[in-house]
Amino acid sequence: MKILVCISKAPDTTAKIAFTDGNTKFDENGVQFIVNPYDEWYALVRGLELKEANGGTVTVLNVGGAENDPVIRKALAIGADDAVRIDASTTDALSVAKQIAAYAKEQSYDMILCGKETIDYNGSQVAGMVAELMNLPYVSLATKLDVNGSTATIERDVEGGVEVVEVSGAFVLSAAKGMAEARIPNMRGIMAARTKPLAVVPAIETSAKTSIKSFELPPAKSACKLVDAANVEELVNLLHNEAKAI
Amino acid sequence: MSILIYADTSNGALTKNAFEAVNYGAQLAQKTGDVAVAVVTGSASGLEELGKYGVNKVIHVADAGLDNFDPQKVTHVINEVANAQGAKTIIFSHDYAGKSVAPRLAAKLDAGLVTGAVAIPNTDGGFVVKKAVFSGKAFANVEISSDVKIISVLPNSIEKQIGEGSASVENMSVDVPSTGLTVKEVRKESTELSLTEADIVVSAGRGLKGPENWGMIEELAHELGAATACSRPVADIGWRPHHEHVGQTGIAIRPNLYFAIGISGAIQHLAGVNGSKVIVVINTDAEAPFFKAADYGIVGDAFEVVPKLIEAVKKLKAS
Repeated sequence: MKILVCISKAPDTTAKIAFTDGNTKFDENGVQFIVNPYDEWYALVRGLELKEANGGTVTVLNVGGAENDPVIRKALAIGADDAVRIDASTTDALSVAKQIAAYAKEQSYDMILCGKETIDYNGSQVAGMVAELMNLPYVSLATKLDVNGSTATIERDVEGGVEVVEVSGAFVLSAAKGMAEARIPNMRGIMAARTKPLAVVPAIETSAKTSIKSFELPPAKSACKLVDAANVEELVNLLHNEAKAI
Repeated sequence: MSILIYADTSNGALTKNAFEAVNYGAQLAQKTGDVAVAVVTGSASGLEELGKYGVNKVIHVADAGLDNFDPQKVTHVINEVANAQGAKTIIFSHDYAGKSVAPRLAAKLDAGLVTGAVAIPNTDGGFVVKKAVFSGKAFANVEISSDVKIISVLPNSIEKQIGEGSASVENMSVDVPSTGLTVKEVRKESTELSLTEADIVVSAGRGLKGPENWGMIEELAHELGAATACSRPVADIGWRPHHEHVGQTGIAIRPNLYFAIGISGAIQHLAGVNGSKVIVVINTDAEAPFFKAADYGIVGDAFEVVPKLIEAVKKLKAS
């Protein structure tokens, strides 16, 4: 079983969100970068579990510059066998998807696993785009993945419920919470990661279809109106008459 | 030119998100002078209703092969309909269906896609769409430069403009390709309200002390017609199912009213709920960070406050 897991670099979940250059760039000053949690906790770990049960390999793939290597090594420390970095500066999701698809088309993976979205741009785009570019089935927001021979049984979230689908042959999946439990890399994994192969492959030509013009922060919230615990009815009155929410 | 909007259905009925996406497309069409057309796939009824949300025409591709949702098939169908209608802008809801289809379609058409839009695009000398980024902690204004433009609308983020009228429904047949995907089963939790579609959400955390104490949360939710949710620790220790976990690594919701009971308000939790219109926090700890993000708060013990709250809501409903 040959598994590809696409990983993205993202700011730590506790990072302070601020912008520079006239609100056109994310301020990376003092920000720690991590493997995007959906990619790591759910897609990568489930890929590793499948490999441990059925044999095979797990390759992690990242699109970006050499500054992403420490984050890629973290994914190797968790247990991926090898890594590929496509040496492209990332512009928009479609460009990234084209890089991934161009590489993956040559490799005959049994499955391509991604996280459901990155926690910075919240695009939820790349996995579906890769599927279309490779003409493969795509199962989004998957919470469970089991494989039996060349058939995969996948559960995915839908509005107010769960859908169970079966896919024969190769597919692309985006993983959501429930797919696996996060793993913490151990010392042996961290040591091994230093010497695992990290191949750098050249990028293909792409052109961006979208570009970020500016960022803005949400308006500050006005102060919380506190209601006395002995006067709960007052809260209900405020919600009904003032906030008109009930 | 026309703006095509994909209106999703659940069990053959249009979803709340579908109405919102259609209205978004209609508002954009009004601004740009285009014609808004909706498209529905699979068996569905009540499509005339979309007239109230601003479209005069609904294209219905009623092939039974589309009753079970397969993004690959739906992408193919929408592409055919978009060609037939000469659509240059295609709108989805940023819901489960939209997240599956919009990226595929963007790749197929080599089109720029902005997901999670929170406002009608600014078309003054360009085409710029505002979207939520950093899990709701900021917004980005994203320009789409391609000829065909695709947008998915973040649920519960625009003011709907509801009018009169009924849409005409045109049937269209499209050859549906076969794919490697088969839907085996759909389990709808019919007794529960969908968390992402609920107007009111009642959420609780570790302050509840154990799963056996959720009865009052469910009762309050029932009285308010609300969905129930929980914080990450509570889902991780198995007190509540994973699909109830709201937050940065669970699901993000934007209800009109969000109750956080016994949740301290870690930054990751806030990221999943900060799009809520009104936030109410009930916590014993007056220093809980959640109060800074709240509109209304009660410093007090959930076990005393919640039962009183249930009574007060019952009283309001009876009045």
